[in-house]
Amino acid sequence: MPLVKIRDLHFYRGNRAIFDGVNIDIERGKVTAIMGPSGTGKTTLLKLIGGQLRPHQGTIEVDGQDVHKLSHSQLYELRKRMGMLFQSGALLTDLNVYDNVAFPLREHTDLPESLIRDLVLMKLQSVGLRNARNMSPNELSGGMARRVALARAVALEPMMIMYDEPFTGQDPISMGTLVNLIHRMNDAMGLTSIVVSHDVAETAEIADNIYLLSDGKIIEQGTTLQLKHSSSQWVQQFMQGLPDGPVPFHYGGRDYADDLLNPEENA
Amino acid sequence: MMQNKSTEIFVGMFVAAGLAALFMLAMKVSNLGDFTDETGYQVTAEFENIGGLKVRSAVTMAGVRVGRVASINLHPVTYNAEVTINMYPQFDNLPLDTSASIYTAGLLGEQYIGLVAGAEEEFLQDGDVIDLTQPALVLEQVIGQFLYSKAEGDE
Amino acid sequence: MINLIRSLGRWGLGTFERQGRAHLFLFNMLLGIPGLFLRFSLVVQQLFSVGVLSILIILISGLFVGMVLGLQGYNTLVDFGAEESLGVLVSLSLVRELGPVVSALLFAGRAGSALTAEIGLMKSTEQLSGMEMMAVDPIRRIIAPRFLAGIIAMPLLAAIFSAVGILGGFLVGHGLLGVDDGAFWSQMQAKTDLYDDILNGVIKSVVFGFVVTWIALFEGHDATPTSEGVGRATTRTVVHSAFAILGLDFVLTALMFGDE
Ligand SMILES: Nc1ncnc2c1ncn2[C@@H]1O[C@H](COP(=O)(O)OP(=O)(O)O)[C@@H](O)[C@H]1O
Ligand SMILES: [Mg+2]
Repeated sequence: MPLVKIRDLHFYRGNRAIFDGVNIDIERGKVTAIMGPSGTGKTTLLKLIGGQLRPHQGTIEVDGQDVHKLSHSQLYELRKRMGMLFQSGALLTDLNVYDNVAFPLREHTDLPESLIRDLVLMKLQSVGLRNARNMSPNELSGGMARRVALARAVALEPMMIMYDEPFTGQDPISMGTLVNLIHRMNDAMGLTSIVVSHDVAETAEIADNIYLLSDGKIIEQGTTLQLKHSSSQWVQQFMQGLPDGPVPFHYGGRDYADDLLNPEENA
Repeated sequence: MMQNKSTEIFVGMFVAAGLAALFMLAMKVSNLGDFTDETGYQVTAEFENIGGLKVRSAVTMAGVRVGRVASINLHPVTYNAEVTINMYPQFDNLPLDTSASIYTAGLLGEQYIGLVAGAEEEFLQDGDVIDLTQPALVLEQVIGQFLYSKAEGDE
Repeated sequence: MINLIRSLGRWGLGTFERQGRAHLFLFNMLLGIPGLFLRFSLVVQQLFSVGVLSILIILISGLFVGMVLGLQGYNTLVDFGAEESLGVLVSLSLVRELGPVVSALLFAGRAGSALTAEIGLMKSTEQLSGMEMMAVDPIRRIIAPRFLAGIIAMPLLAAIFSAVGILGGFLVGHGLLGVDDGAFWSQMQAKTDLYDDILNGVIKSVVFGFVVTWIALFEGHDATPTSEGVGRATTRTVVHSAFAILGLDFVLTALMFGDE
């Protein structure tokens, strides 16, 4: 049985359908990637899984529980077992690195401070930032912030972890570090990982299974190899990063020549 | 942790300063001091007119505050004002025939009851009535009387 | 024409919806307060930023307002030969009105705007969202302690303002203008009532603290999560707080002192 089961998901922003009948299975212990162009609703999907948004139709089950039928306290219990890594890291800016990682432990457990220290240092060691523990979040580089956020996300030993665009805006070295970390975390801790991204190469490297999302629908699904050999032009354009194709270079609208000949229409 | 401790100290000082300010307002600025010794005895007095006398107005004798107005009612039969006075307990030796008048402090000030001691051997006690009273001067009446007597004198 | 009516309607609906959100928000904050007594250190931390950091502006403003009251009051009273009543004038003006109102306006500008900016920024950097995903309710963990701290700090600040103001009035009245100090204090004590004046002033400041902190936190929490949105929310906090303080002051004054 998959850990996350999404069935017939519909979600709207105003009149626009962000999701229009989406089905996704996230297998336990695997890294599943959900890819698609910016603005397709990848972040929205993670927030739906986390119960921060409600679908207009359809169900999302996590570990057999329908996320949107849970009571407030049941939902919070479930969230303790889900980690999420926000695009920005979302570290608490008034706490230093150490206290950020200790935060979920202090909030949810009654562990003595000495044990919390051991746990925090262990998590920070695993992301290589044990010696940055006294730094404040605004002293960290983007890549370091994400690693701290990762250490924090796994502090409560969750069953799954969701990564929102973990590679965006990273230099090649920290990109490599993050790819490596996500992979290691998944295998070493027996986690289930959901990686949301539009960085094809890095994501393809670690994903066991990829869903391609566009215009509210799943366009294609499969392993990296299957996707690379997909017959769909759209998939080819996305995977290879071609500038023009089924997704046109020009945003839809009036013809260029027409526009040039009738300048007054713009005013 | 260190920072936590100094935060706590500052907050403690802040709360202490706020409470001290409240305490100062209560003790130094308001009439709280007058409430502390109010468990004395009560006497009543009837006045034809009390003018602007209010509950908690001062009651003095020779300028010394000896009590406070506790309540004001209209007497159902005589239609006079019936004023109950709380006397401070230390002034328990006022003669029974003490008289009460209503005065005004300064030209525009508050009205208060002034007591004048009589000559009786017995003292006022809880529940006693002050019989000798003089009503408040109402300015319009005074002026009216003055004009009236002046007109009479001229004739 | 139709468009005008439509936009009016939309504005009306939007206002109602916002009011609904604000009251729901208040309800959630109030639910979070009982839990704070187990973790009072969270409130203490906020008392620092809301209270301690506001104290300087309160002290200075209170002193000067009191000194000005002393000067102006003296000039008016001396014409009636009633300069002994300066103490009453200063104490009643401060305790009933200026203390609660001016310190609440300063509080809105100093602490309220800071709260809105802080919460708005936490929202726009996804810290609140992140906390929710860590199964920590931001309303209880972040918002409620600030709310309680605001309600506690406001009456203390107003009392400090009034006390310092009365001292300022005394300094000017006695020290500069030569009003007899015995008369100053005794007249003040005779006419300032613990319940009618001081307690009512405290009640006013508690109400102001409640409303200003509520507005500030709601504006921050409801802000559009961009730097421009947070900026606008901060401005709204100060403006709406000022309106709320002055409007409520009128209502409370009518209720408290009206029947005399
Ligand atoms: N709070 C919001 N209100 C209205 N529209 C939103 C909101 N958040 C996101 N959107 C819209 O929903 C769409 C999907 O957003 P998002 O899930 O962030 O995309 P992605 O993460 O794939 O880049 C975008 O077009 C965005 O403009
Ligand atoms: Mg996104």
